[in-house]
Amino acid sequence: MKNTRLPPQLEAAREEIEQIARDYNLDFFPIIYEVLDYRTLYETAAFGGFPTRYPHWRFGMEFDQLLKGHVWAGSTIYEMVINTNPSYAYLLEGNEDVTQKMVMAHVTGHVDFFKNNMWFAHTNRKMLDTMANHATRIQRIIDRIGFDVVEDFIDTCLSLENLIDYHSPYIRRPEAQTYRPVVAEEEPIEVEGLVVERDYMRDYINPPEYLEERRKKLEAERARQRRFPENPQKDILLFLMNYAPLERWQHTVLEIVRDEAYYFAPQGMTKILNEGWASYWHSTIMTQKVASAAEIISFADLHSGVVATGGGRLNPYKLGLELLRDVEDRWNKGKFGKEYDECEDIREKKLWDRGLGLGRKKIFEIRRLYNDVTFIDEFLTPEFVLENKLFTFRYNRDTDLYEIASREFREIKEKLLFRLTNFGQPFIYVEDGNYNNRGELYLRHRHEGVDLKMDYARDTMRNLHKIWTRPIHLETIIEEKKRLLSFDGSDFTERRID
Amino acid sequence: MKRVDRDLGRFRQIVRGKIKKDLRKYMSHGEMIGRQGKRFVSIPVPQIDIPQFRYGARQGGGVGQGDGDVGDPIAQGDGQPGQGQAGSEPGKHTLEVDVSLEELAAILGEELQLPNIQPKGKKNIVSEKDKYSGIRRTGPNSLRHFKRTYREALRRQISAGDYDSADPIVVPIRDDMRYRSWKETMLPESNAVIIYMMDVSGSMGTEQKELVRITAFWIETWLRSQYKEIDIRYIVHDAAAKEVDQETFYHIREGGGTKISSAYKLCNRLIDERYPAAEWNIYPFHFSDGDNWGGGDTRECIELLKRELLPKVNLFCYGQVRSLYGSGRFAHDLEEYLGNDDRIVVSEIAERDDIYDTIKDFLGKGK
Repeated sequence: MKNTRLPPQLEAAREEIEQIARDYNLDFFPIIYEVLDYRTLYETAAFGGFPTRYPHWRFGMEFDQLLKGHVWAGSTIYEMVINTNPSYAYLLEGNEDVTQKMVMAHVTGHVDFFKNNMWFAHTNRKMLDTMANHATRIQRIIDRIGFDVVEDFIDTCLSLENLIDYHSPYIRRPEAQTYRPVVAEEEPIEVEGLVVERDYMRDYINPPEYLEERRKKLEAERARQRRFPENPQKDILLFLMNYAPLERWQHTVLEIVRDEAYYFAPQGMTKILNEGWASYWHSTIMTQKVASAAEIISFADLHSGVVATGGGRLNPYKLGLELLRDVEDRWNKGKFGKEYDECEDIREKKLWDRGLGLGRKKIFEIRRLYNDVTFIDEFLTPEFVLENKLFTFRYNRDTDLYEIASREFREIKEKLLFRLTNFGQPFIYVEDGNYNNRGELYLRHRHEGVDLKMDYARDTMRNLHKIWTRPIHLETIIEEKKRLLSFDGSDFTERRID
Repeated sequence: MKRVDRDLGRFRQIVRGKIKKDLRKYMSHGEMIGRQGKRFVSIPVPQIDIPQFRYGARQGGGVGQGDGDVGDPIAQGDGQPGQGQAGSEPGKHTLEVDVSLEELAAILGEELQLPNIQPKGKKNIVSEKDKYSGIRRTGPNSLRHFKRTYREALRRQISAGDYDSADPIVVPIRDDMRYRSWKETMLPESNAVIIYMMDVSGSMGTEQKELVRITAFWIETWLRSQYKEIDIRYIVHDAAAKEVDQETFYHIREGGGTKISSAYKLCNRLIDERYPAAEWNIYPFHFSDGDNWGGGDTRECIELLKRELLPKVNLFCYGQVRSLYGSGRFAHDLEEYLGNDDRIVVSEIAERDDIYDTIKDFLGKGK
């Protein structure tokens, strides 16, 4: 086994960087660095940062593409860190010391974020062990059931991997089902009004309209109870685990895929903020403390590579970093609140400085409480959009080109939020698990203005059918018409519903 | 072995399966030939992806950053400008997979169920090859093996107690000297030559030549996997035949009539001069639209084949491409006179989809 520990001069740099970070009030898990050669690093990257994963070809594909990107396109992974306690971070062997230092500062920022951001509060910090356990469990299933069958089932589960409820770790949702599954026989609903002593008062004390309303309410309640699930479910994987006719090993595989999806979810929810935070700290730590005069040019070169934008692309590192700096600046100068918002004089606004110095405090608050959606929603300003040259683009059918659609603040913000909300994934709910009273699964796509990619949707329905084994229905909107797409195990049908 | 190699291997296997499944399609596409490197062919495979409920990319659009006015184009339709994690996936539609030529041949062989070729009667031919992998105690100074010499000297000094680690001087003497030397290895060898002949008379158009080109590519791929070394010769003919290089072979356009016998004569001379039948596996492939100059020449061709060519070759293949003008007589004549000789294969290539079957006809005999 090769020695993967930090060489002495970097170990010294690590101690220095971590001390500086602590002085800046960063608060992080212990970090264990490993220096890997590029093949091992890319292997680990393909595994999502973990040394052991269950056997699956997509890791191989990922590895193949990373390696090709490295060899042909010269793209390099500098850093990788995983959200565990202690955190593991990987450095690429043979990088310059200044690169390694910058990466360590960056990693320190990430680990501080993992530890303190509330969206990570529910993640499993022993995921390293859990991943290894998952691998072992699936390997055992493979040994017992056979590789092809299990691989096929994993493919099926991965196809549904995004059908989870990203917010469920943080709030209590109504259960899929209360424990009163059997509804009493069809007794007619009797609405009892208030007790009436005098006959002539009846219609005044219990007006008929009111009684009718009560009756309807009770009826609806009863209908709801008869429905299954009682409430639309967003965590479709959980619903399948509870109600689909799965074999034990299938249940295990599905559970593993779901667990891992939930583990990775917060990282997707905070990509911009997390990278922005880490970039903020690597640049602060490097430029103010660590980098020597000889190293500063190399650092600047690297840093500009990290935050580079080009070809109209939005770089999450850049966006996060700039937005955090913008917030820091605004809170330092007091550019917020009623007085500032109501100020009409552009010149005055520009020169506004109340000397509050609250910037650092504010961004620490952001790092604790926000995710990408709330971060953008609250802190993106028209001035920022203008300064950073943001725009929205759209596809032009006539020219087969993407073109700039608008530079309006409102549209940009809306589009950005749309792309971030729910991971930029469509909202799909289980509406009825006993559709047509024949155990068919009825899903509803909450249409937000963008259609589903239909070929993928059909293949996904096929996969759902493999698990549910009964026909699958999907209510969605295709080209502005409400449609019900059905798959009965062999054929698709599509009909209009209104 | 790395852990990821297991998954990488499986991924490659899946890709291979995809290529195999669509082999007929790939075989009728010429573009693959253009992507041929020295040892690899780059094959575009449809993206292997796990389907999920996802937004259609085009309707959505997204947010970008940079200069430009409203209405300015920023990217091609299929290259969706990405937003990193913030949204749309970068547009990746096809996967470029590098497949080595050996592997491609293996896929071809498996899918078409091609038998391995039994080289004719060459089992005893071996060549000697010298490899400098041995060590001897004598030899010229230019071949002195410094490391081994040094090691011998060190060993001797240590065992004699002359070695002092504080003052590590090692002096080799005559007995310590070691020299590189050769070992003889025997290599069984079989050589093969492909002789492509093509009719370039006026009736062979661009599409016909393309058919020939694609067919030839697959023949070569297969035969290369079967023989260590392969010579390829190109002959074009109309009323007269001449030998040309590869470039000319595929691009030349001549006019005039067709005398197939001219090509067969040239082919025969080539074999006699350069490729004695006892030492070479010989594969002549002839492509034409089947139009020949009158009955006399066809008779001459058949005579030539019967007496000269067929006894010398492993397999003689005649591929007839359909053209607007060709009568297609020649294939019938061959069938009629030589149809029961199993050293000759006649196949008709009417369109690109037939290439698959033609290859199967040509190479399915295992000769």
